This record gives sequence, C-alpha cells and structure tokens, in this order.
Amino acid sequence: MADVAVHTPPADGHDDHAHGHTTSTGLSNNKLAMWMFLGSECLLFGGLISTYMLYRGRHEGSPTPSQLYNIPLTSISSFVLLMSSLTMVLAVSAAQRRDDRNTMTWLTVTALLGATFVGAQVFEFTEFVHEGLGFTTNLFGSSFFTLTGFHGVHVTVGIIMLMALVGMVSRSRIPGDKAEVVEMIGLYWHFVDIVWIIIFTLVYLIPS
Amino acid sequence: MSTQHATEVADAHEGHAHDDGAHAHGLTDMGYVKVALVLALLTGLEVALTYVDVGSLFMPVLLILMVIKFVTVVSFFMHLRFDNKIFSWLFYSGLFLAVGVYLAALCTFQFFAGN
Repeated sequence: MADVAVHTPPADGHDDHAHGHTTSTGLSNNKLAMWMFLGSECLLFGGLISTYMLYRGRHEGSPTPSQLYNIPLTSISSFVLLMSSLTMVLAVSAAQRRDDRNTMTWLTVTALLGATFVGAQVFEFTEFVHEGLGFTTNLFGSSFFTLTGFHGVHVTVGIIMLMALVGMVSRSRIPGDKAEVVEMIGLYWHFVDIVWIIIFTLVYLIPS
Repeated sequence: MSTQHATEVADAHEGHAHDDGAHAHGLTDMGYVKVALVLALLTGLEVALTYVDVGSLFMPVLLILMVIKFVTVVSFFMHLRFDNKIFSWLFYSGLFLAVGVYLAALCTFQFFAGN
C-alpha cells in the first residue's frame, strides 16, 4: 500500500516496541496479554451472538424485530462508532510522534463519539421498552438486551479508560512508554468497533 | 523477519520522505482517513442493500461486506498487518475457535435447518 509509514524493523523479526526491557519473546508482554484478552473476548461475544441468533424468533407478546428496529438511527450510530476508530488510530499515531496535544485531542474526540453511540443505544432501549419489549418480555428481548447491553458496557468502559488516559497524559503520569499505553487502549476500542460491525449486520440488517 | 522485509519498508519510507504524518508503524494519518472512508462507504452499501431487493444475493453480500469491514479494521487500525505474526495468531485462534464452537452449537440446535 502506498500509505505505509516509516518503520524499519530489526532484522531478527521482533517487529514491535519492546520499550527498553527484554522479554523472552522479544515482544511486549503487555501487547501479548492484550491480544490474548481480545482473543478470549471473541468467545464471550460469540456466545452472546449465537444465543441471540437462536432466540431472535421467540418474540411472543412483543413487536417483531423488524417492527422494532430503527435502521436509520442504528446506521448513524454505527457510522459514529466507525469514525471513533479513525480518531482513536489518529490518537495512537500522535502518541507515537510524542505529540501530547494531538493525542489528548483525538482521545477526547473518540470518547465523545463513543458517548454519542451509548446515548443512541440508551435512546433505542427506551423506545423498545415503550413499545413493549423489556428484558423479561420474551427470549428475543432477553437475548437482544444481553448482547447489545454487554457491548454498550464495553463501550462505556472504553470511554472511562479514554478519559482516564487523557487525564494521565495531561499530567504526564503514564508509567513506561506512553505510546504503548495509548495503543493498548486503542486495541480495546477497535475491538469494540469490530464486535459492533458483526452485531450491526447479524442483528439489525439481516431480518429474522 | 527477513532483510527483504526491512528493505521493502525502507522503500516505502523513501516514497514518503516528506510526510509529516509518518510514525512508528502502520499507515500515515492520511492513509487511515482513506481506510475510514472505505469503511464508511461499505457501511452505506450495507444499509442500502436493506432497501433494495437483490433477492438471494442479499445475505451472502451482507456477510461478505461484514467480513471485509472486520478484516480491514483488524489489519489497518489494529495494525495486525504490520505487527509480529504472533499477535495475529493469538487473535485469530481465539476468533476461529469461537466461530467453530458456536457454529457447532448452532448446528446442534438445528439452526440451519430452516425451520
């Protein structure tokens, strides 16, 4: 790709940021742990998505999913979350350039976009409850609220981490390598985005 | 990693010698913006498909678009394309394990039987 940026990796193949301390793999342990955590999160969301797929037709006593879903609203909130991934990667990019000002700006924009997404989700949940679909109304409601609620909690945790990170960057209180810490939070945030890419298609766009 | 790879990356560097957006690894900032535009376009296409009757192509096309978006974010925004392959193994082994386990579980419930 023409837009590949500057990076000359060491010839031993350990193409990462070991950040000043040697590990047995030559890779950052923090980064290894984060990727392992994200791999395990696939199993969590896989279970929730499968459960929803099994029970989405069990909507006795409530409107059907196609009657409930507000596709234009969900499309906009999906777009917002997608753009938050862009602002997050720009924050990581700024952190790698040691540009604290832009790092904080992009982190704050990412948190605001995330908050917009969560706000839209709260609005959607409220609408569903008004239309007669609660958590215990039927199996469709239980599986839908559990899946999207778990995702919403992940986004909320991400927002809290982003705001904490902004505070820590502004006070220069990040221990170790700042760019790596921003990158770790970035990985979590992008994971939340890719989970939503799946939920948006399988839950909202494909009718039951 | 081979010297060849280092040379390839160094070549890529030469092509962007005056790019202020250059950083440790991955794309330039403008490169990320381009990737985001492609993702936005694909999302628009997905939504448009729900309003247009494409018959039996609807489901496969939606699933393909979903996979393309997923892989694009993981490869470029999460830097897996540029990072050490161990990270890719860690993540994709978890992902494929999840897909395998839950596809098997859905099969036991006869989810794909069409009833």
